[in-house]
This record gives sequence, C-alpha cells and structure tokens, in this order.
Amino acid sequence: MKTIKYTGLIIFLIGLAIFTASLFTGSFGLNESELNTFIDSKGYKSEIIKNELKKAVVDQRNLNIFEFSSRIRGAYQASNDYYDGLIAKYDAEKNWDKKGEQFQYKIYGKPHTLSYDIAKKAGSGFIKENAGIMWWLTFGLGILGALLFILPNLILLGPKGIKNNGIFHEASTNRGWIAWIVLAFLVSFYLTLYFAPDYVVNWTFILDPMSKALNGGEASQWFVYGFLYCVIMLVMAARMYIKYRHNKYQIIRTTSVLFFQIVFAFLIPEIMTSLNMPGYDFKNAFPLDYDFFFEWNLKSLTESGSIGLFILVWGIVLTLIIVPLMVYFFGKRWYCSWVCGCGGLAETLGDPYRQNSDKSLNAWKMERWIIHAVLVFSVVMTIVTLYCYFSGAESLLGIKSQWIKDTYSFLIGAWFAGVIGTGFYPIFGNRVWCRFGCPLAAYLGIVQRFKSRFRITTNGGQCISCGNCSTYCEQGIDVRAYAQKGENIVRASCVGCGICSAVCPRGVLKLENGPEKGRINPTDVLLGNDVDLMDLVNQKQ
Amino acid sequence: MKHIVIIGNGISGVTAARHIRKLSDKKITIVSAETDYFFSRTALMYVYMGHMKFEHTQPYENWFWKKNNIELKKGYVKIVETKSKTLHFANGDALQYDKLIIATGSKPNKFGWPGQDLDGVMGMYHKQDLDNLEKYAPNNKVCKRAVIVGGGLIGIELAEMLHSRHIPVTFLVREASFWDAVLPKGESAMINREILSNGIDLRLGVNLKEIKADENGRVKSIIIQETGEEIPCNMVGLTAGVSPNIDFIKDSETSAELGRSIETGRGIKVNRYLETNISDIYAIGDCAEQHEGIDQRRPIEAVWYTGRMMGETVAQTICGNRIKYKPGHWFNSAKFIDIEYQTYGWVWAQPKDHESRFYWEHQDGKTCIHINYDKNTREFIGINTFGIRMRHEFFDNVLTQKHSVDYVLEHLADANFDPEFYKLHEKDIVAKFNKENNTNIQLKKKSWTRIFQTS
Repeated sequence: MKTIKYTGLIIFLIGLAIFTASLFTGSFGLNESELNTFIDSKGYKSEIIKNELKKAVVDQRNLNIFEFSSRIRGAYQASNDYYDGLIAKYDAEKNWDKKGEQFQYKIYGKPHTLSYDIAKKAGSGFIKENAGIMWWLTFGLGILGALLFILPNLILLGPKGIKNNGIFHEASTNRGWIAWIVLAFLVSFYLTLYFAPDYVVNWTFILDPMSKALNGGEASQWFVYGFLYCVIMLVMAARMYIKYRHNKYQIIRTTSVLFFQIVFAFLIPEIMTSLNMPGYDFKNAFPLDYDFFFEWNLKSLTESGSIGLFILVWGIVLTLIIVPLMVYFFGKRWYCSWVCGCGGLAETLGDPYRQNSDKSLNAWKMERWIIHAVLVFSVVMTIVTLYCYFSGAESLLGIKSQWIKDTYSFLIGAWFAGVIGTGFYPIFGNRVWCRFGCPLAAYLGIVQRFKSRFRITTNGGQCISCGNCSTYCEQGIDVRAYAQKGENIVRASCVGCGICSAVCPRGVLKLENGPEKGRINPTDVLLGNDVDLMDLVNQKQ
Repeated sequence: MKHIVIIGNGISGVTAARHIRKLSDKKITIVSAETDYFFSRTALMYVYMGHMKFEHTQPYENWFWKKNNIELKKGYVKIVETKSKTLHFANGDALQYDKLIIATGSKPNKFGWPGQDLDGVMGMYHKQDLDNLEKYAPNNKVCKRAVIVGGGLIGIELAEMLHSRHIPVTFLVREASFWDAVLPKGESAMINREILSNGIDLRLGVNLKEIKADENGRVKSIIIQETGEEIPCNMVGLTAGVSPNIDFIKDSETSAELGRSIETGRGIKVNRYLETNISDIYAIGDCAEQHEGIDQRRPIEAVWYTGRMMGETVAQTICGNRIKYKPGHWFNSAKFIDIEYQTYGWVWAQPKDHESRFYWEHQDGKTCIHINYDKNTREFIGINTFGIRMRHEFFDNVLTQKHSVDYVLEHLADANFDPEFYKLHEKDIVAKFNKENNTNIQLKKKSWTRIFQTS
C-alpha cells in the first residue's frame, strides 16, 4: 500500500513538473498577414503599433513566451510613449485640438493582457499541436498520481474514525519546509495567473479542445483556472471521503460543495457562454462577487434580454433576501461550507492545513478589524460605482469610480482573495481569505451572530479541555474556551464545517439549528455541579 | 490582602484560582513543579500522536495569568508548616499563605514490582512522562515492543498512542476482561474486540511478575506471573490506576513542632466543604478524599470534571460563601480507540438486586447502549452509551425528575447528540425493548420545546 502511495506521489510530481515546465516551451511569432488580421480585429488607430509589433515579432519563430511578451509589451510601450510625447508637445504649445486628437491613438489595457491576446494567436509548438497528449501528461498524470497517493489511505489510515496521527510531525502539515515550498508555488501560481497571464498561455493551449467543446471558444487563463479548480476539488474530495468516511455530515457537505463548484461555478457559466448569454455563477453572491454592480456587468446584463434581467434581479434578491434568510435558519454554513467555491477549495485542498490557523486573541482582534474593513470597502466601492453609473458622474465625494474599482480589484480581488487567501494555506490555515478578507462572510457573520437559529451546542459538563476542537478549527475560533465553560458557541466567523464536533473525543459538540431562545447560554456554573443551582435559576428569572 | 496559595496547576487548582479571581481581588499564587503553565492532562496523548502540539493543550494563552493577576511559581513544595502558615520548597525557598488549597492531583500506582524504577519504565500521567515516552519510544526502531501493565482508561490510551506510531504493544490486563470492574460484560467484550482489532496483543487475566534490565539499567523484558513467559520490550508503561499525589504532606507529618499535621488517608481527608482538619487549608481534585463517598461516588474521584467542580466550590467558600461540594448526578465519558463512550447515572458492572437491565448492540459490534432501571418502580438509574452521543442535559433532568425507563425510551430522539445526518438507531432500540419486555413504547419525534424545557 505504501509503495502504491509513494508511486502515486512520484507520478503526481512528474505531472506537476511537466505542467510547470510546459510554460517554458513553445515558440511564438507571427507572419505579417497574421499580424494584420490581429490588428484589424483589435481596431487599433495607432499608426505606430503595427510597425513596432512587426519589428518585434514578425517572422521571429524562435521566441519563447518571456522574450515574446517582453517585446510585445515594449512595442505597446513605444507606441504609447510616442503619443504621450505628442500630447506633451501639444500641451506645451497649448494646441488643444491637436492634443485631444492624440488620445484615440493610445492603447489601453494591462500590458500582459495585451501580450496574452497576441500570444494566444502567435503560439506554436508541441503543446499546441498535441493538446490531447499534453492533457494526459499534465492533468492526467496529476490526477492519477494524486489518486494513487490518496486512495491507499482507505487501508493505511486503519479503521474508520478520526485519524489525525502525525499531522504535527510532518513537514507538509506542520509548517515545515514542504509547507513553505507549497506556499511559494501557490503564490507564484497566483501572481502569474493574475498579473502575467501571457506567461501561462501554454496552459490554455492544453485546454483549448475542451473549452471549444464546452463553450465553443478557445480557453482563456480563467478557463484554465476554473478547470484546475474543479479537478483539484474533485481529487481532494476523494481524500475527504476517505478521511471522514465515518461522518455523514462531512460526506454530504463535501458532496454539496463539489456539486456547486462543478455545476454552478463551472459548467453552467460555460454553457451559458456557448448559448451567447452572459456566463453567470448563480450562487456567487455580492459582495463576494464584487464586480456584480460594475458598469460593464450592468451593461452586459441589461443588453442580454430577459436572461440578463433575470440575473440582475436574482443577484439582488440573493444578497438581500436569500442569503440572510438562509443564515437565519441554518447559519452561514449553508453558504460558506456547503455552497461557496472559496469555501469548497478550503474544505478540500485546504483541509490538510486547517490546524495552522491562528487561535490567539490577537488574531481574533485583527480578524474583526480586517474583515469588516473589507466589507465597508466593498460597499463604499459599490455605492460610488452605482452613483456614477446612474448619474454619469466620474466620482462621488472625490472618490473616482474607476480608481476605487481598480484598487479593490487589485488589492482585494487579486491579492487578498487569491495570492494571500489561497497561497498562504500551508502556513496560515485554509481559511485565510474567508476568515480575514471575505466581505460576504463578514455580512453573513453579522447575521449569524445576532439573528440566527444556528449554534454549536456544548454538551453539559463533558468537556475535558483537550483542545482538539480549537486546534482543528479552520476559522481560528478557540472553541474550547466556550466548551469548557459549558457555553454554546455562537460566533460570527463559524462556517459550520463540523470538524470540531468530529474531532471531539467526548461527544461534546453538536451543530444545531434550534430556537433562538437559549441559544447563547452564559453559564456561571457547569451542569452537574449543584452549587446553589436553584438560587442561580431564581436569580436569572 | 489575603494571600491564597494553590499547590498544583491542574484543572482543580486553576479553576479555583479563576473563580477566586472572579469573586475577589485576593492575592493568588499557583505553585507547580510540573510545568510553567496550565495544560490539559487528558490531551497529552494527542501530543504524542501528533494531533496537537503541546501548546495546544494549554487552554489559556501565556499572558492570561498576568492579566488576571494570578502569580505562578515553579517549585516543588517539600514541607507544609501549618503553624506559621509557610510552605518550604525543595530549593530552600519559603512562601507564606493565608489560605492554602492543595490540588496536587495523582501519581501513577506502582505495586512494588521488581524493576519498576528502571529506565524505560514510566506512567502516563505527567508532562515528564510524555518527554520520557519520546525518549524511550519515539518510533518502532528504538522501541521494538512496548508492554503496558494495567487495563484502565490510561492503559488503553497509552496502547492507542504507541499503536499510532506503529510500535507493537503487549497489553497486560489483570482482569478477565477489559475494565470489567466498571463496565458490564457486553461493553467490556466490545472494547476487548476493539483493542484486538487494532492489532494490539491483549493479554487478559495476567499479572506482571518482574521487569528485567539490560546491562545499562534499561528495560529489556518483562515476565508474566501466571505463565512465566518473558516478553522482550524496550518500554514498559505502568497504568494500574493512580493514587493521590500527597507524599509531601505525609513527609510534613513527621515534624511536630511545625504545627498540627494534615489528616490523610489515601488522600487528604476533607469534609463536604473541602476543608481539611486544619483551618484555612483545603484540598480539591484527585488528591482530596471525602470521609464518605457522596451519593454512590467513591471517596476519591480522579475525574476531570469533579476536579473542576471542586475548584468552583472551594472558590465560593474561600470568598465568603461557604457551600457544600455537591457533585450532582454521576456522568463521565471516554474514548476507547475509535469508540466513544458516555455514561449518565449508574450502570454497575454487576446489576444490583432491584435493578433490571436493557442491552442493545448494533450489528457493527461497535455501537451499543445499556440502560439500568429499577425493576419495581421502573425508575431510570443510568445509561452507558457506546458509539452514540447523548445529551447530558436530558439525562441530568431525567435523573433529577426520577423519570421512568419508558420515558427515556420514548424520548430517545431528544436525547440523541450525534452530528446531523447520522444514522439513528432509536427505532431499533425501542423495538428491541418492546419485544423483550412486552411493552408498547412509542418513540416520540424530537422536540425542541422539550429539549429546552429541561434547562
């Protein structure tokens, strides 16, 4: 069994190595007519860009993606620099008409994104020509290897039950060198994906056939990410199913997040795109879906006929009515650990790291400041955006709509949710984003704390303060602090994953939806100890 | 300002300190020779197994003590001088107290076995035992086999610990079946099976004769009394129960000029107010011995929650609200490898004359319940539950209200505390009871109203 396991690990690492190495292969270049077609399709008015691009890449067949990207970005820079020069010149001459004319020639967009668009057309080589084989060598080997690594646990872990043996002895799960390498890999992955998508264009070639089959178009970097996300969740869900096979709550919950990720976040939007509808993830609620009220989205929805209108109404109803109502009945778990994609990744890929979340009081203080600040940020951004959308103004109270959207997208959307939120799993636990950053979680948390039927019930005086619950709480809640006092746990951040209840050796904790009365039960004296119990009861009345 | 000194930083002493602090601004000092900070002893096993780090066993962060103005002193108390109210430490320090709480807990029993003090022989109780275990049994290369002597809760935990590191274990149990002085036959047999199915070499009905040393004074093997069999091993765990850790009190007795000595039996004798025979000296937790057991409890209870309750109680008394220690209805819990166990009320190993029993076991052989009730009045007396979690509050209420066994069975759904979506066995259980007893008990649906009424 161990042989199978380690063979699996080697196969997985080979797949991962090929996947990573594939980025460094292929050659990029265009001939003149291809370039012309591209420029026409983009409708550039600049007279310089054609020449610059031609100088840079035409009839160059041996450029790798990095050199190619650098030349393309250089070409755009040169073109924009030229017109900036003219603008400055006319500005100095106070020739306003001439100055105004120049702006149309400027080419806007992130340099790496412009480069990605050309690279997608300009790539050639083994990967592009053998997407099928490459799929098997990367995704195929990765999946096969990971499953071979995971499935033997069915026997290796022993009889069903909580088997956390060795978690704090392993370099991978106890913040050792493996964890740091995984962190570095994940962070690099997200940095590249978000900020230099042209560097991962080779990955999109691998998935082009699959994307065409699903939505009719070529794969983008987001298609790669979405597909990878689903694959990782599926494989790591197999691990969950084995590890918690004695615990039906975990089995059903894992199935639920898997379903919502694959069907709602991945398949439905792809199919909608293929039907010329706006691709929409029906479970992704604002403000987690922070660009729902951005002009481009509102424009796209209002121009998409009845389905667009439906999405618009659904998105608003989801956030304002469905989400809080469901939190009232079931706690925020219905979203955070049963439906949400971020939660889904955290509960599958992230499960091996849950014990690394910080349980200190300081961490809790930081958490409350940061997550609520993000909530305020998202709401302010949306108010500014909507005001500008309806009034046609560029700013509200001095806050420029474009600036605040860009800032939020960059800081929260990319850095916090992606690079930090997922990249830091191995060291800071699997809910970094959900605990410290997610504005939707903050909103749900406020509802859960003040108006909900959900609580984790503490079973009388059975707690022995062992600390398993706190150790394995991914949200960094010091569960034991409540349990050992006989208090129920009612916390804004609890996502109801149910692991505290699972790891408790004494049957002390149970996730329950019950009447609000008696939900928060400060107990001065624990059950079982008869110290003036009647007096106490009388005092309370 | 009165100075309260507490010897022992376990659950009893720390609970007492916390509650005294809640109720007053007295000066509080906690003395410990074991560790700097309070930790949960019951969690030591999880540190060895790699489920947790030692710091996770500490329920309070290190700043907690200073913030709450509770002083911590590390040191070993050698003599208690009751006349001048002074503690003398092994290193020569002295400490004055106005009121003294002794909460020194237990120590593992040793019954004078030859070789019981060799290197590689240890209990599984103190932090130091954990350190020793890491030294003598870090893996199955250093420790080719371990032998555990004594089949109680700590014994099976130690077996599970060593098993988690793939160290072969021989488990010597004096009784004919595991923990059969406490568990009835069905449950005890179930745990025997659980131990064996984990590949642990369980030897029932055998005693340790001696532990043999190699040339370096380290454990080499043990000999079984009954068969004379020699079992080579590198580590021996002595887990034949615990007894009060009060040697220093007994040592203090010898010097009469230091004041009246504290009365001891197996533990420190206390009355229902947890007061010793010397005024201003109290004893709580595992080291305290009641003159007579309360209700049907034993005079000495080495249980986590009773330590905590005694701490809560003594804090009241010390802060001017003198009250009796009233532990309420018996309950307890444990986990035997993968099988969780809870008990509420009394289910003796052997039924008493007026008692009737009902036993239900699931076909998986890992789940059962055992109910004890009065043959004549049908009053519910207690329940053992294995592999099913039950609600403490429910049974506490049943016992207080003296409900019948029929009431309990009707309301089993209210009592269940398993995680959501778990398969419930209540129908099976009630059907079996009806069949065996010719009754017609109907299971009621779970009701929140009833569950909350009990509180």
